[in-house]
Amino acid sequence: MKQKAQGLYDPRYEHDACGVGFVAHIKNTKSHDIVARGLNILCNLEHRGAVGADPLAGDGAGILIQVPDRLFRAEAARLGFALPPVGDYAVGMMFLPQDVDARRVCEETLEQFTRAEGQTVLGWRDVPVQISALGESIKPNVPVIRQIFIGKGANVVDTDAFERKLFVIRKQTHTDVRAKRVDQSGTFYIASLSTRTIVYKGMVIAARLSPFFDDLRDERLESAIALVHQRFSTNTFPSWELAHPFRFLAHNGEINTLRGNINWMMARRHSMTSKVLGDDLAKLWPLIGDGNSDSATLDNCLELLLAGGYSLPHALMMMIPEAWSGNKTMFDDRRAFYEYHAALMEPWDGPAAIAFTDGRHIGATLDRNGLRPARFIVTHDDLIVMSSEAGVLEFPEEQIKQKWRLEPGRMLLVDLAEGKIIGDGTLKAKIANARPYQAWLDETQIRLESLPEEVAPMPPSKDVLLDAQQAFGYTQEDIKVFLKPMGLSGEDALGSMGRDTPLAVLSQRPKMLFDYFQQRFAQVTNPPIDSIREELVMSLVSLVGPRPNLFDLDSGGKHIRLELKQPILSNMDLEKIRRIEDNSKGAFRAYSLSICWPVEEGAAGMADAIERICKTAEKAVTDGHNIIILTDRPMDADHIAVPSLLATAAVHHHLIRSGQRTEVGLVVETGEARQLHDFCLLAGYGAEAINPYVALDTLSVLRRDMAEQISEYEIHKRYIKAVSKGIMKVMSKMGICTFQSYCGAQIFDAVGLSSAFLDRYFTGTASPIEGADLDDIAEETVRRHTQAYGDAPNYRNALDVGGELAYRVSGETHVWTSEVVSLLQHAVRGNDYNMFRQYSKKVGEQGDGLISLRGLLDFNFAETPLPLEEVESAASIAKRFASGAMSFGSISWEAHTTLAIALNRLGGKSNTGEGGEDPQRYKPLENGDTMRSAIKQVASGRFGVNAEYLVNSDDIQIKMAQGAKPGEGGQLPGHKVDDWIARTRHSVAGVGLISPPPHHDIYSIEDLKQLIHDLKNVNPRARVSVKLVSELGVGTIAAGVAKAKADHVTIAGWEGGTGASPVTSIQHAGEPWEIGLAETHQTLVINGLRSRIAVQVDGGIRSGREVVIGALLGADEFGFATAALIAAGCIMMRKCHLNTCPVGVATQNPELRHRFVGKPEDVTNFFLFIAEEVRADVKARLPQLPGDDRPDRPAEAAPGQRPEGARHRPVAGALQARESVRRHALSERDAGSRAGRGLGPGTGQTRPERDRASAARDHRPADHQREPHSRRPAVGRDRQALWRRGPAGRLHPCEFQRHCRPELWRLFGPRCDFGVGGPGQRLCRQGPLGRSPDHLSEEPEPARPHQERDRRQYRPLRRHRGRVLFQRRRRRALRRAQLRRRGRGRGRRRPWLRIHDRRLRRGAGHHRQQLRCRHERRRRLCTGRGRHLRRSLQPGDGRAGADRGTGCGAGSAGKSRRRPGGPWPCRRHAQYDGGRCPPPAHADRAPCEVHRQPAWQGDPGRLGQLPDKVRESDAHRISPRADRAASVPPAHLGRSLIRG
Amino acid sequence: MGKTTGFLEFERHDRTYAPVKERLGHYKEFVKPLPEDELRQQGGRCMDCGIPYCHQGCPVNNIIPEWNDLVYSGSHRNALHVLHQTNNFPDFTGRVCPAPCEAACTLNLIESPVTIKTIEHAIVERGWDEGWIEPQIATHKTGKRIAVIGSGPAGLACAQQLARAGHVVAVYEKAARIGGLLRYGIPDFKMEKSVIDRRIAQMRAEGVEFHPNSHIGVNIQIETLLEKYDAIVLAIGAEAPRDLPVPGRELKGIHYAMEFLPQQNKRVSNEPVGAEDIWATDKDVLVIGGGDTGSDCIGTSNRHKAKSVTQFEILAQPPDHEDKLSTWPYWPLKLRTSSSHQEGCEREFAVATKNFTGENGHVTGLDVVRVNWATGPDGRLQMQEIAGSEFHLKADLVLLAMGFVAPVHKGLVEQLGVALDPRGNVKADDLKYATSKDKVFVAGDARRGQSLVVWAIREGRQCARAVDEFLMGASELPR
Repeated sequence: MKQKAQGLYDPRYEHDACGVGFVAHIKNTKSHDIVARGLNILCNLEHRGAVGADPLAGDGAGILIQVPDRLFRAEAARLGFALPPVGDYAVGMMFLPQDVDARRVCEETLEQFTRAEGQTVLGWRDVPVQISALGESIKPNVPVIRQIFIGKGANVVDTDAFERKLFVIRKQTHTDVRAKRVDQSGTFYIASLSTRTIVYKGMVIAARLSPFFDDLRDERLESAIALVHQRFSTNTFPSWELAHPFRFLAHNGEINTLRGNINWMMARRHSMTSKVLGDDLAKLWPLIGDGNSDSATLDNCLELLLAGGYSLPHALMMMIPEAWSGNKTMFDDRRAFYEYHAALMEPWDGPAAIAFTDGRHIGATLDRNGLRPARFIVTHDDLIVMSSEAGVLEFPEEQIKQKWRLEPGRMLLVDLAEGKIIGDGTLKAKIANARPYQAWLDETQIRLESLPEEVAPMPPSKDVLLDAQQAFGYTQEDIKVFLKPMGLSGEDALGSMGRDTPLAVLSQRPKMLFDYFQQRFAQVTNPPIDSIREELVMSLVSLVGPRPNLFDLDSGGKHIRLELKQPILSNMDLEKIRRIEDNSKGAFRAYSLSICWPVEEGAAGMADAIERICKTAEKAVTDGHNIIILTDRPMDADHIAVPSLLATAAVHHHLIRSGQRTEVGLVVETGEARQLHDFCLLAGYGAEAINPYVALDTLSVLRRDMAEQISEYEIHKRYIKAVSKGIMKVMSKMGICTFQSYCGAQIFDAVGLSSAFLDRYFTGTASPIEGADLDDIAEETVRRHTQAYGDAPNYRNALDVGGELAYRVSGETHVWTSEVVSLLQHAVRGNDYNMFRQYSKKVGEQGDGLISLRGLLDFNFAETPLPLEEVESAASIAKRFASGAMSFGSISWEAHTTLAIALNRLGGKSNTGEGGEDPQRYKPLENGDTMRSAIKQVASGRFGVNAEYLVNSDDIQIKMAQGAKPGEGGQLPGHKVDDWIARTRHSVAGVGLISPPPHHDIYSIEDLKQLIHDLKNVNPRARVSVKLVSELGVGTIAAGVAKAKADHVTIAGWEGGTGASPVTSIQHAGEPWEIGLAETHQTLVINGLRSRIAVQVDGGIRSGREVVIGALLGADEFGFATAALIAAGCIMMRKCHLNTCPVGVATQNPELRHRFVGKPEDVTNFFLFIAEEVRADVKARLPQLPGDDRPDRPAEAAPGQRPEGARHRPVAGALQARESVRRHALSERDAGSRAGRGLGPGTGQTRPERDRASAARDHRPADHQREPHSRRPAVGRDRQALWRRGPAGRLHPCEFQRHCRPELWRLFGPRCDFGVGGPGQRLCRQGPLGRSPDHLSEEPEPARPHQERDRRQYRPLRRHRGRVLFQRRRRRALRRAQLRRRGRGRGRRRPWLRIHDRRLRRGAGHHRQQLRCRHERRRRLCTGRGRHLRRSLQPGDGRAGADRGTGCGAGSAGKSRRRPGGPWPCRRHAQYDGGRCPPPAHADRAPCEVHRQPAWQGDPGRLGQLPDKVRESDAHRISPRADRAASVPPAHLGRSLIRG
Repeated sequence: MGKTTGFLEFERHDRTYAPVKERLGHYKEFVKPLPEDELRQQGGRCMDCGIPYCHQGCPVNNIIPEWNDLVYSGSHRNALHVLHQTNNFPDFTGRVCPAPCEAACTLNLIESPVTIKTIEHAIVERGWDEGWIEPQIATHKTGKRIAVIGSGPAGLACAQQLARAGHVVAVYEKAARIGGLLRYGIPDFKMEKSVIDRRIAQMRAEGVEFHPNSHIGVNIQIETLLEKYDAIVLAIGAEAPRDLPVPGRELKGIHYAMEFLPQQNKRVSNEPVGAEDIWATDKDVLVIGGGDTGSDCIGTSNRHKAKSVTQFEILAQPPDHEDKLSTWPYWPLKLRTSSSHQEGCEREFAVATKNFTGENGHVTGLDVVRVNWATGPDGRLQMQEIAGSEFHLKADLVLLAMGFVAPVHKGLVEQLGVALDPRGNVKADDLKYATSKDKVFVAGDARRGQSLVVWAIREGRQCARAVDEFLMGASELPR
């Protein structure tokens, strides 16, 4: 019944984000009313759930209540069996397969285990259900739902023991049924089996839950609690079991560290014994069924802890601890509690709001970040209502006793037995004081710093070091870009532009194993953490060594633990650990295990070596060692070191499998690790501490030649600081706060490693494609070793050049070489198509150097090519092109406007990037050109976003992530922020602008849905787009985005560029767009959502061939950034972050900007060439249709290349969806025609449909030009004025041709029925987006019955905000009413809606309150009593430490107010070049005294007064040329800097 | 990168020349090196580009950003090492290379390029001065024997690389001294010959045997070599000069440049000239051909104290400045004025020689016509004589410097019977460098036609790797 992996879709990447709530009677008075109220909550939470293609098939909803004794007693009597007293019988809620035989087996298995455990089966009851309440797509798979009644046996003493037995029975039954494989459909599931609680849940939308279960409407169904949940999975496969609530909890959020948590649970198997469970513990394995959702897994763990004797709150405090390590205000006993339990259980980290109950208690808790809302109300009549938003149940104000929200890390508990609410403080104090945790800690805690000092080995001689460096694959770049800057500055290196080097598996050079892995990152469904501003919640504490028995609640004081402040060890630290036995009274015994093997054995010896290492490790643990130090120090000419990552992961997984992992700590002493990514990987695969001795030795040697006199200790310290800070940042990218839960969490995807290899050594890591296996890795390792200790002249006294970051002839291959760049530039400048063909041949990878996956793909040829004239024209194809998101600020005015003008000429779309747009660009130029960017980006920093900006858009793009730096915000160094940039961005000149990693108002998919909705209200004509980055699982996110009513989604690949980003991110995060795009398309099709949304791809698209491949993999539109920029004159200096771009592209230095030579014609030539190439390819080659996913076959890899062709065969296989995907696509059509679509913005209709439908209602012709949206944007301008400022002076005519989602079939002309017959043909004709033009010309469809559904879906929103959202006809009336109201009431004049740099959006009712609360929380988090007050200052910011806001962007509005006074800079002469740009809007303002450039040509005298930081910045070191020496800085600039 | 904003702060300063009057009085080099601090600043102008266009513009792919940075930070010794990684003879290229790297330099796109050649020259000279340049003697010998025929830059680079890889290498040279075109083609005032000698000393130490006066195919038969050696590398250059077959060509006083230039080099190094002396003293000298060899003829004639020197170029006068947007990073066509031109000469562009006139069998002048170049129907430039533009020019000495067509076929090439390409060069690809004959390789001008010293070095190095791969199965020599 569950969807299986197919194509690139893999169910393990499904995510949850949902609505959750409960209502309870505090005094435990049972009534049906409570249940009814619970169901009411559910209905009111409906907007938090998602609806897929089938309108009645939600992602699942459910309710958990106390066992309704009255109902069951009556029912049992009716069925002919008697129930024992309450507490002595249990009810099981069973989902059983439809197949009769299978069902019988399942039932018998359960009965059999029940009897085996000494309990009695009392009887069965069929649960009455109404199938008609279900969605069409659900009906065929409805499980048979029955209840079993089990009586307490004689062998259990009390209800708790009975519950434990039930748990054992349930676990065994599940395992056994699965093992018997009778249940082919995968239906069998015990939703609950308890004496206290019962769960009713299913694949229904919330409102259909009670129509579906007759019981829920039965008055005899009584309970004092009702815990409900509505799921918004970002995927909608019908799965009954994954609907919430689970047996104990319902969860809104996502566990990011799931893989690691599962591994660690497995690893405990042997070290776990329980007094209460006794022998039953062994029957519980496997604890966690693979393939369960994160929430189900969380529930599995929780129930185990409860069975093991923990109380409910205690268990949750262990699993989801508060932020304790950096919190100095926490009570000592509570901190001791958390610190003690840190060793027992690693946090289950990720955004989470959890409502939980065991039938006697009910409560809720939030994770340390508090990113999911949870509000509660207590009434005078003893009701408590908790929910993910306020207002789910209505109470008169006088009834309400208390109204508050759960705060981050806090817990709320209702003890039904005692009939009272226990607050967080009382509750936790009680638990924390229950045992002497501090005393236990004092007895057992060893801190590394407190161990006696040891002597570290001295660094070796240069020659020996060189050999070691070479054997470990060091390059000159490692030294120059990573080690040296990290050692000097304590920061990770910045870089710019994208990655254009091959995948590790395609590289011809021996690559480090590290390079095969890509960091995963969070987008949309869970937010990355802002590791700088939210430092409070981050923790790098690592515990090394054995972990205590999880169920040992009493002997806490006996297990000695070793705590590290952060996981990177200096050489001395490592010696301390090596010799710890003497200093810990024998509690620790460290074992140094060499991971080297003799050189004679060659590459073939590595497999055995790993085997031996694992065996030795196992034996060491058996012998009583509890710290294993994996070391490659013994590497020398005669010994080769196994790649440290491989050794670590192999030992880690071996010990997990042998169940010994928690008995031992894993420390890695390796020469290999040097870049940040290396450390992250080692930690991610199990290393609790890492000592990079060669990196440290290298620094020691480098130190001697450095200009700055710096001690060895200091340089090591700075390097370690850089690494540990970097790890924190990488963790935060995935939304993980604690190193402990990051350790072993395997937050990585492998690209290009064989699955056999991964399964063996990196169990649980996914690779979308096949690739290198152990032999290849061994060969590469040996090759490096031979080079190091061989006689190669080039390596005799120098490291390899590397060439990863900047091109070197003998280094790594790059796409952009001098030849390629000059071919492109000469072609577009000379309008020479033939030369362009040479260029695209060079980047087409069909020759020698394979770079990317698309290089492995080739087209199937058509037997008869199309006549070229039947193919869509180049001009028309070019309309699908867009420029990548590059901000004004990262690139210069000249470069930005050139791209915009060019794309406007073509009818394509240029993108503002996240830097706002100067309003003067909204006016057309005299020659008819316009500089207005069609796509307006809304990124996390919200720079420059206001209503005027938004209404001047055709697309509004919400940037969730960026290809070059997913999980991080954009960075604009302070020296690039001149006055103009600052004004456009509503900021202050000279201040570095770093966007926060998350959008601080998007912490879940519901939030995103809300923002989409809001943006549509600001500009109803614009499509709303969401930009995502390719990673495994992006398809499920895209599905969620589609369900959140976005019109457009962009999938960015890892090759995407950037103006400034940590090199680690550029190189090691994200995945190729081929994978993400294919997965997105496939997942959308499987879910029937493809027709709702247009898909754009960008990130390293360079030629027509790549466009066609993109189209075949499912893209409708294409973004070009780097290539377009190169056409405009960029020469890939990769100096964007330094502001020294010599060709005036990525710089704000006026002198350099003068050097910009690009012309819009160059760029239009480029796009037209690409379009022409697309036509040629389409004509000559493609029999397939867009999105028909079997386009490509693997290219024959040329013989003699390093990757043998066979190794890559599976690449194309993976990218192709299988037959079933196509079948789904067909059924999508059917479903679509049956279900129809709703109306209004964002209902998934295409614009023409929407317009036709609305015209049908309004009796207006479809092409009627509508009035602009009547909602008034919250800017102080007249609405009409805004609209008049639309593009090219038009009144934004609704160019529906432009707006409608492109039907890709047009790309291929009308004759696209070749090759595929029957239904396939129909599919193809319609293209992936569903509608052929024939269809468009059909009569408007009659109004559909499903309008009702859409209205209903929004009802809660409507009620809570007091406004009608989508009903067009009523909008005007409503607005009139609003205007009246505003005019009348005092204090009612408030902005209607503000999407703005000021983060706090004010609206009506709860929405405002909700935002305010969140805002407050954030402010507290960010600035917490002034201590954590941090803004990220770049060198040269000139605002050392000054706080101008809360850091999370909330201050930017304030900044604009604080804009220094004084005259505006005169622009007339300085910044407008050659008459191309019109005089600015402010040209009439008083010019500055001298018509000079406004920024950075300071005279030294003035700058002499500035703070040191400013004076030192590179920007100021640019000495003025003689002819400009007389210029002085505008007075206000100096002031603002000095003030800072 | 030495200095992030160096290119904005420092202007380009290059080496200067001694005054014309002074330098015409001798045959020594006249370039004045930059002072140390100036040099460092010039290194600091390098921008360390993401795509170092110079690196790819340089035929031997010198890792220019690296050593610019090292010079800026004062680590000359490391810079020398980086330089030697890609270039065996930076002292040659630092003097005579036209520096395509500087044309490709990113700074050249927007202003004036980094003084790459000057820095290269300074690094290697510092290396010699400080004694940092040492022979790199192979620790293990392979026992393979290789003969390199020709001791020009290609032959020397090839031999040095092969010796460092542990092979026994013998270099055969037809002339009396080693160096080929370096020694006999390039005048001393451009490169003093001691520069070659110190490299030969280094190579001797590395185990290279030199056999001068060994004209293979003339006084030594190629079969002997084929028997004796495991591989043979032809680095014989492209010595067949392009002729000017017009009436009067047989007159005395009309010489190929390569008859004229070597004589002077031999005189400077006290070698017997070995043929009839050609002097330009007090003559009206006409140099036909506008390339580097022509320039060398001008410089030498001026040092001979010629009465007048005129240079003819058949192509039209190129523009003073190139259109950088359409040429960069490639070698642009523009008017180049060499140091020899500065020493005094007339330059005529777009002129074609109709015939020579003479008295007593000796040339006295020539009839010339101006020509016009226009794009023909096939897209190629075509030459048309301009009617009525004929004029007569007086000349006592005519030097033909119109380039070289191919290697000399007579003798060695014919005896070997290797396949030739359509242009008459020995046929081989630039990956394997193998001729059609087993174990015979070819490198340098003999393979690619006349070219630059730096291309010869590249060919020599790459050929060495190909030979090493051929002999050993794999090679650790850099490409």
